[in-house]
Amino acid sequence: MNAANPQFPDSSSQADCLLRPGNTNCGGCGMSNGLTMLGRALENENYSLVIPACCGIVTAGAFPTTSYNVPVLASTFASSPAFASGVAAVNEMNQEADGKLRHVICWAGDGGTYDIGIATLSAAAERNENLIYICYDNEIYGNTGGQRSSATPAAAKTTTTPGGKGERKKQIIEIMAAHHIPYAATLSIAHPDDFQDKIRKALKIKGFRFFLIHSPCPTGWKTEPAETIELVSLAVRSGIFPLYEVFDGRDYRINAKPDGTNPARYFEKQKRFSGGEINLDRVERWVLARMARLQKLAEIQ
Amino acid sequence: MNMQLVTGNHAAGHSMSLAGEANRNARGAVCGIYPITPQTEIVEYVARFPFSRGRVIPVESEHSAMGVCIGAAVNGARTFTASSSNGLAYMAENIMVAAFYRLPIVMAAVNRTLGPPWNIWADQGDSLMFRDFAWIQFYCDSNQDVADTTMLAFRVAEDPRILLPVMVCMDAFIVSHTSMEIELPTQEQADRFLPPCEIPHKLDPDHPFTVGGMAFPQETLSHRLELDEAMGRVPRVLEEHRQQFKAVFGRELDGALSAYRTEDADRILIASGTISTTLREVVDDWRKRGEKVGMIRIKLFRPFPVVRLRELCGSVEKVGVLDRNYAAGTGGIFCQEVRAGLQGLTDCMVQGYLTGVGGGDVVPELVNEVVEDLSRRSHAADPVWIGIDQ
Repeated sequence: MNAANPQFPDSSSQADCLLRPGNTNCGGCGMSNGLTMLGRALENENYSLVIPACCGIVTAGAFPTTSYNVPVLASTFASSPAFASGVAAVNEMNQEADGKLRHVICWAGDGGTYDIGIATLSAAAERNENLIYICYDNEIYGNTGGQRSSATPAAAKTTTTPGGKGERKKQIIEIMAAHHIPYAATLSIAHPDDFQDKIRKALKIKGFRFFLIHSPCPTGWKTEPAETIELVSLAVRSGIFPLYEVFDGRDYRINAKPDGTNPARYFEKQKRFSGGEINLDRVERWVLARMARLQKLAEIQ
Repeated sequence: MNMQLVTGNHAAGHSMSLAGEANRNARGAVCGIYPITPQTEIVEYVARFPFSRGRVIPVESEHSAMGVCIGAAVNGARTFTASSSNGLAYMAENIMVAAFYRLPIVMAAVNRTLGPPWNIWADQGDSLMFRDFAWIQFYCDSNQDVADTTMLAFRVAEDPRILLPVMVCMDAFIVSHTSMEIELPTQEQADRFLPPCEIPHKLDPDHPFTVGGMAFPQETLSHRLELDEAMGRVPRVLEEHRQQFKAVFGRELDGALSAYRTEDADRILIASGTISTTLREVVDDWRKRGEKVGMIRIKLFRPFPVVRLRELCGSVEKVGVLDRNYAAGTGGIFCQEVRAGLQGLTDCMVQGYLTGVGGGDVVPELVNEVVEDLSRRSHAADPVWIGIDQ
């Protein structure tokens, strides 16, 4: 590209591409992969994004350009479900008038979801607002350089837990399912077909739909960018990040059975888990116990 | 004539609801609501209004109430809400966003003392927190003024030359909970007065853009300059729509400021909200004694009506500003603005008085103390606290 005369991508030729070329995201960013898959799943749908403070809004780039090929509304950190509730209310009224279905999707990080935005999120879920909420969970405040969040797993080092985090990761799907929302599910960028199927499924459901994407941040996790997909694949296979869905807060379904992969293989690829007095044995026991509980829930019909 | 005995809260809820209903043939009305004393009756009124094309969303906080309004306004709807005191403080971040996104959201702000200590009575410190947030602010003095100014607020906010949010402020309880017989707007009048709400930068899938992404200093500078230009157009646009209001509703409402017996005055008292109605009576009393006292009611606080104020105070010797608010370290906020506005009129002394801070009644006897102090004062000093029990 000629720096003096930059050529911006022509949006009309990128009709189906949610995340346009030329964005400034890091190599190996799980969120970028997630956006690409989301865009494919939503081809030909009429939708807009609401994005709070997080890497996802930095992705848009600087005014007047935008990397997104759909309308985007930037919200304050805690407010994306509230902003989206307003967007959804107008969408519904417009649909009553012209019959056209329009979706609104919150695209938020774990900081905006598990922490500062959880009251807003809980309230919008309890009101069963007609919107889709997707949390790309990189388990840290990535945008500010990698501080702990309540999504950071135990033993992970962050800039504010330099000796490794002592507390366990919040179980956000369980929290959301407890709101009796019609649909909550996890997504993995190592399982693109499952990803697409679940998004398409959600489009047919009315009410509050929640997704959690496991989203490696090579910068914060101290991992190889090229190993992002391998990492999330290991997480699914070992039961660290189970692929499952919950209908109406009650009916559990596991989408990919763990294959017995040792969770240690997931941890050892990440320098955030290295050294110190971290008790990885205990972390592994928690992971396996949670998977066992999930399997029991899935058996209840 | 649609005369009814109603409270200020009823008047605000009524006018906002009619304005929302008036947009039924466009993108409807959306209202994010959350209760707080003493504005709760406003959002309750809105919640039970039978909108033919509207949504009222009862959220979990003031922050989200404004968030809902922002999302709906960006999607093209007419939006409004109400809050008060610590609720406004909690809403602050999104109050700022509403203005920076140039969204014509109308909010009734019932002026209540900020806590702690917890106190529900009248004090303007809450809405005045947002004096630098690019919201237009009106301070009403009666229930009729609330009903009419709320209606006018939509017209000014949505004017394509303005596109700024508006706060319609009223004193807690003195206006919000006190019943007066007033002429309530009708739906037919609201429909005639308010054109469909049109947000030029609403979300459009055919022309995707990002509302509120990053901007570099030069773009941000332009953004702030445009806010400044829009604010600068408010006084003229306000006058135009006041005339329109008169044509539709058949009555006048106060504009940016109104003067009473100031022509030959050597002392002018300045106040806002309900204190200004007391000032009128006090001025009459002093006039009966041959004292040349006049008063000015400031209704439009943002943008501050400097030009008209300078005209009115150009030849006066002494100005006393009564503030029902307190900015720690500097005194009353209206006084600061008046002083800055009159800067350069060397013969004019501006003295501040803190009256009714925390909600005490500002009765004529207290205002008399102000006039007496102003009369014997030869130079301005620190603000004088009025009504402190010794």
